[in-house]
Amino acid sequence: MTEQTLTVRFFARLREELGTEQLTLPADGEQTAGDLLAALASRGGPWAQLQGGQPVMIAINQAMAKPGSPVKAGDEVAFFPPVTGG
Amino acid sequence: MISVQTEDFDAAAEYAALRDSGAGTGAIATFTGLVRDSGDTQGVSGLFLEHYPGMTEQMIAGLIEEASRRWDVRKARVIHRVGELLLQEQIVFVGVCSAHRADAFSACEFIMDALKTSAPFWKKELSESGEHWVEQKASDVARGEAWNT
Repeated sequence: MTEQTLTVRFFARLREELGTEQLTLPADGEQTAGDLLAALASRGGPWAQLQGGQPVMIAINQAMAKPGSPVKAGDEVAFFPPVTGG
Repeated sequence: MISVQTEDFDAAAEYAALRDSGAGTGAIATFTGLVRDSGDTQGVSGLFLEHYPGMTEQMIAGLIEEASRRWDVRKARVIHRVGELLLQEQIVFVGVCSAHRADAFSACEFIMDALKTSAPFWKKELSESGEHWVEQKASDVARGEAWNT
């Protein structure tokens, strides 16, 4: 059986400050986007900003989501700063 | 039609294409956004624009659908550039064809306002003093939210 994973992507200021564009993480059963943020923030250093820092937007499978939204194996979860296009 | 692209666009050609939207069209509203010399920082020499490929196009398609439910929209065109853009270059184009001007104005303004606060694009200002990721403006959020009331 293959390992159950999910993909995490970062954009813009977060991508630069974390020095990371994409991560593959194990997907453990009952998990929300907020749980994922908390786990990443506990890495410390620049990662700490993911909790309690500037606002972080969440998308799951390219649709806007909330901290309470569930994430599961195979999902693409993205974290990014508020958008500034146009 | 939606395009996210690095290359520039020809607004006159886009307008000509919008005119070809049937005899029921009586109004065309267009908006073009340009790179300005001051934003969060002064002396801006250019921008770097990043986006979330796939999600961006989906979000804009959703905005055009919503505009089409709320107003008479016979044809809509959105172009947004990404990558490095120099001062005074074109960033974004929104064009809407409607039967009447009120619908064309409203749909065009709605798409542009909603795009600014919901489509996953991020701007970085480039200037002599360095680089600066642009912060989302409360005034832009307020304009976006005003369409929901």
